[in-house]
Amino acid sequence: MNDLLTDYLPLAVFIGVALAIGGALMIAPFLVAVRNPDPEKVSAYECGFNAFDDARMKFDVRFYLVSILFIIFDLEIAFLFPWAVAFGDIGLYGFWSMMLFLGVLTVGFIYEWRTGALEWD
Amino acid sequence: MALTAIFFYLFSTLALASGAAVIVAKNPVHAVLFLILAFFNAAGLFILLNAEFLAMLLIIVYVGAVAVLFLFVVMMLDVDFAELRAGFIKNAPVGLLVGGVVLAELIALLGARVIAPTPASSVASPIPQGVTNTEALGQILYTKYIYFFQGAGLVLLVAMVGAIVLTLRHKEGVKRQSIAAQVARGPKTAVELVKVKPGQGL
Amino acid sequence: MPETTSFAAALPEIILAAGAMGLLMLGAFGFSDGEKSDRAGWTAILILFAAGVALLGQTGTERVFNDAFISDPFARFVKLLVLAGSATAILLSFDDLRRAKADRYELPVLILLATVGMLMMVSAGDLLALYLGLELQSLALYVLAAFRRDDVRSSEAGMKYFVLGALSSGMLLYGASLLYGFSGTTSFAGLAQAASAPGAATNLGLIAGLVFLLVGLAFKISAVPFHMWTPDVYEGAPTPVTAFFAAAPKLAAMALLARVLFDGFGGLFVQWQKIVIFIAIASMLLGAFAAIGQTNIKRLMAYSSIGHVGFALVGVAAGSAAGIEGLLIYLAIYLVMTLGAFACILAMRRENGPVEEIDELAGLAETNLPMAFILAMLLLSLAGVPPLAGFFAKFYVFAAAMKAELYGLAIIGMLTSVVSLFYYLRIVKVMFFDDAKPGFSATAPYVRFVMIAAGLFVLLYAVYPAPLVEAATAAAKSLSL
Repeated sequence: MNDLLTDYLPLAVFIGVALAIGGALMIAPFLVAVRNPDPEKVSAYECGFNAFDDARMKFDVRFYLVSILFIIFDLEIAFLFPWAVAFGDIGLYGFWSMMLFLGVLTVGFIYEWRTGALEWD
Repeated sequence: MALTAIFFYLFSTLALASGAAVIVAKNPVHAVLFLILAFFNAAGLFILLNAEFLAMLLIIVYVGAVAVLFLFVVMMLDVDFAELRAGFIKNAPVGLLVGGVVLAELIALLGARVIAPTPASSVASPIPQGVTNTEALGQILYTKYIYFFQGAGLVLLVAMVGAIVLTLRHKEGVKRQSIAAQVARGPKTAVELVKVKPGQGL
Repeated sequence: MPETTSFAAALPEIILAAGAMGLLMLGAFGFSDGEKSDRAGWTAILILFAAGVALLGQTGTERVFNDAFISDPFARFVKLLVLAGSATAILLSFDDLRRAKADRYELPVLILLATVGMLMMVSAGDLLALYLGLELQSLALYVLAAFRRDDVRSSEAGMKYFVLGALSSGMLLYGASLLYGFSGTTSFAGLAQAASAPGAATNLGLIAGLVFLLVGLAFKISAVPFHMWTPDVYEGAPTPVTAFFAAAPKLAAMALLARVLFDGFGGLFVQWQKIVIFIAIASMLLGAFAAIGQTNIKRLMAYSSIGHVGFALVGVAAGSAAGIEGLLIYLAIYLVMTLGAFACILAMRRENGPVEEIDELAGLAETNLPMAFILAMLLLSLAGVPPLAGFFAKFYVFAAAMKAELYGLAIIGMLTSVVSLFYYLRIVKVMFFDDAKPGFSATAPYVRFVMIAAGLFVLLYAVYPAPLVEAATAAAKSLSL
């Protein structure tokens, strides 16, 4: 086993312990707790009425717009990581290469801003 | 080695199981949650391959953004999923057939690997020794492969423009605050002195 | 580190990309609002023109960015056609979109960005460059298909195009990953080495990768059996956008297909030739027979374009310089015929909006003889009736096929041409012999200009074919097996 994976061993142990504790706390009530359900108890409580409707409904398309714009900038950031790590090796050329890339996306950002895609009217 | 193997089997079993759960789950939201679990396990597999950067990307981009988008889409569509799934049994043979063909192809390929075991020996840009893979990526992506890098930038730009063109519509008659206009406002534009003659209104 | 010559080789692409971004910024700051809505389109045409000038300034063959970008006479020939197709599509879009209240500056911007993608495809010398160019192009096209987002058919077209396009991209990527896995390289030059190595013909991985790559590309050129999206998308997308789809992207994808097969898989010629022959025959047959029952002229043009892809593929299947020459001439003439035909379709408009049914053309010869005449010429040229341009297009590819001893392919091609003549003639009959319907409203000047220019080209091509043929001969030399 190589060093890199050994570095992750404590993390794996930590996650394992967390899972064990979390799992135990979730399973214990099934075994120990008193349960006495009836239809009224487990049905959704809606201010004294019977539930009219499904809680699921259409989302506004703007949520989608926000999240897709988020993905794009998320990807942009993903490109920054290796750039930052290798910054010393790639010199001025690599620097301007990234600046050009950021410039392209800044154009997109200005377009977003001007068209009001970032506003929630 | 044994520990690596244990984790490999743990991650791949969970990835396969959650992948199956994605298509079997009755509730589409649960399906997306299983998809996230599958992403996590794939990230674990990447770490076992020493590809930490890819693992991180999988978490940041796929779990952090793509899965959220999927959730929105699933909730936004308002499709009756029970109705959609009604065809499952009817279409299952066709699906199984397609799956079987793909599986046969994959097996044939694995067989070919035994016949032609040359790949990987001639990889164009192997990871240099003594460098993490993130750094190895960084050393070539922005200089040697600048053409692809800038091309990717343009693809992202198109995605941005496309998303706005297709989904953005402003409601009519919504009043927005214009801070610049507020700040620029002075007595000249805001106050008007009017002499009102006695006995008359404005 | 790449030198400035690398960037000089990609100057047309750089001009287009920078121009598209500049136009986006100008548009965002109100450059083409309201009355000035044509401005963005004209600026885009100017940018395309500038890219064309930069393209004409290049000579020789250059391979830059680690062979990912190839600038050679073949690429420049196709790029020039693509630029012309994009510019004409913008010209056609002005009037139609203004009437549909969809004249937004994003349309020319997206066309410009799609064109950058197409130029990247044509110049691709690496699987990654291939994929990036293709994706840049496709992504912009998906948006363009759904550009009239309040129109149900337009949204449906965008949706269908996107889902099937994403599927085909996935197949293409799967093929590319197999090829990388089995050859260790993504550059076409490296693949050519792997493909001509001993035992390559029995290397299942390479062949499976090649097949998936071909499937992905066949989707993009809408060749049978991967054509099913074409009629719906052509029918649903706004007509100027359909004209653009039928013209520029198809050319770029055909050129890309030829480049991959010739540059990257020369060693597997016997293997891919069979696939290409099959696709060509299937496309020609389907294009000829499925179009017969169509009543909507845009759907008819979709099937017609499927058939034409089949004819153009005959040139690829020949696998010779003559075949590539035939392909290039075919693409050039097809571009003009298609754009002319779509200009005519755009002219089919009455007071209460555009009409698309073939019956609406009834008696056009009485109400508008010049348009009926031009449309008839274009349709007969599409069918390949001598002495119109379309005949020569087919002549060159079939001659190449005969020389390569693909007699069966050539004969099937000729027979399907005859069958397709039937449905083109049916439209001509409707226009000249049926009882007249009310005339169309006045045609926008640019649309009329494109119509007349295309009509003149197909009529007079036979008089002076030398420039096109010579250019194609010179360009075809850059690809060889």
